[in-house]
Amino acid sequence: MNEILIAVIPVAIIGIICAVVLVAASKFMAVKENEKIPQIRECLPGANCGACGFAGCDGYAKALAEEEGTATNLCIPGADAVSRKLSEILGVEFEDVVEKVAVVHCAGDCKYTQDKVEYSGIESCVAAKLIFGSKGECSYGCMGLGDCVNVCPNNAICIENGIAHINTRLCTGCGLCTKTCPNHLISLIDDVERVIVTCSNKDKGALTRKACKNGCIGCKKCEKVCLSGAIKVVNNLAVIDYSKCPDCDDFGVCARECTTGCIVVSDLSGIHRLK
Amino acid sequence: MTKFIIIMLSAVFINNYVLSRFLGICPFLGVSKKLNQAAGMSAAVIFVMLMATAVTWPIQTFLLDPNNLGYLQTIVFILVIAALVQLVEIILKRYVPSLHKSLGVYLPLITTNCAVLGVTILNIDEGYTFAESMVNSLGSGLGFFLAMVMFSGVRSRLEGADIPKVFQGLPVTLVAASITSLSFLGFSGVIENLFA
Repeated sequence: MNEILIAVIPVAIIGIICAVVLVAASKFMAVKENEKIPQIRECLPGANCGACGFAGCDGYAKALAEEEGTATNLCIPGADAVSRKLSEILGVEFEDVVEKVAVVHCAGDCKYTQDKVEYSGIESCVAAKLIFGSKGECSYGCMGLGDCVNVCPNNAICIENGIAHINTRLCTGCGLCTKTCPNHLISLIDDVERVIVTCSNKDKGALTRKACKNGCIGCKKCEKVCLSGAIKVVNNLAVIDYSKCPDCDDFGVCARECTTGCIVVSDLSGIHRLK
Repeated sequence: MTKFIIIMLSAVFINNYVLSRFLGICPFLGVSKKLNQAAGMSAAVIFVMLMATAVTWPIQTFLLDPNNLGYLQTIVFILVIAALVQLVEIILKRYVPSLHKSLGVYLPLITTNCAVLGVTILNIDEGYTFAESMVNSLGSGLGFFLAMVMFSGVRSRLEGADIPKVFQGLPVTLVAASITSLSFLGFSGVIENLFA
């Protein structure tokens, strides 16, 4: 009996000392957390997509609570609803969120181009690019193996006829797919923009034409017809400067005049407001 | 002085905790994916190993041994190390937030890490003095650091490699770990002849 006591007592005493010290330490050295942080965190969607520019939703909540002047309209997936709630909590003026939507800059589906190789490896664009450079004839185009589909948290992307399509109604503009695509074909644009270039091929016209009937051949016709000077052909590829695009007097002229049809008028306008 | 150097070198290279003694494998495989995470974890381990040795060595020498309670070593050490790590975390959070942030989640992870417990118990088993124990702990921590940083380099190379599907993920990591561990076998026997 005595032996057991001799063993138990020191352990118990050490345990009690540790407990007392820890309790005392956590009492006296508690760090006050800003009570707004959990409140703000509750409002955010919790996708941790990083579209706001902070490290996840927690990071954004912390910045909002502690750094004055952090804009409340940075959460793009949360859109206006979240922005409004955040403004209420922080007592600042509500700012409209410019919703973004992802677009695929490739329209080379199986009607216009074909595979260069018979690919039977891992179902991943990154893997196919590592091994063959590209799966299809066009080394810039969409390989359709669905890396973007896998990463999309909203199931907004699907592969149809060999290329990725984005359901703009489901897209929240988090931008995860833009970081995943090994060919950098997906970009985020404001959901009010209405013309997009659906090609990313930077080869010379003849080469592009050979690879895909729907590709931008860099003929510069769009550059000439554009009234606001928003389109420039860089590296044999039309690029639209969206800051100038809204001034256009003859909207959609570039899409009508495009010789290969790779500039298209999209119906993105206010897509998120329709929800 | 020579003895300290021998203890240090043998702890880092010959009896490397991860690669020769196979202690602390969990963080070795779990947190070695990225270099900065591996370095953060290792820094926390070095810190905790030193702290734990500084506390457990006196407990063993002045409390357990005189009372013939050597058999309580494991449970007392675990208790003390866990409490110590928690205390350190609280103190860091209050007074050195930047360090707390960089050590981050790794501190609580180390609470029950067998490498830390292993160092404290082996210090006693080897019959080291207090100073020798501290040197051994520092060396063991540095050895852990070396293994982690080296292996995170190996893993970043593995990530870009074209690996057969069956080997992807953990299998190839374990194979790589075994080869890294084999390479450390080359050090065995070096220390006996280094200062002879």
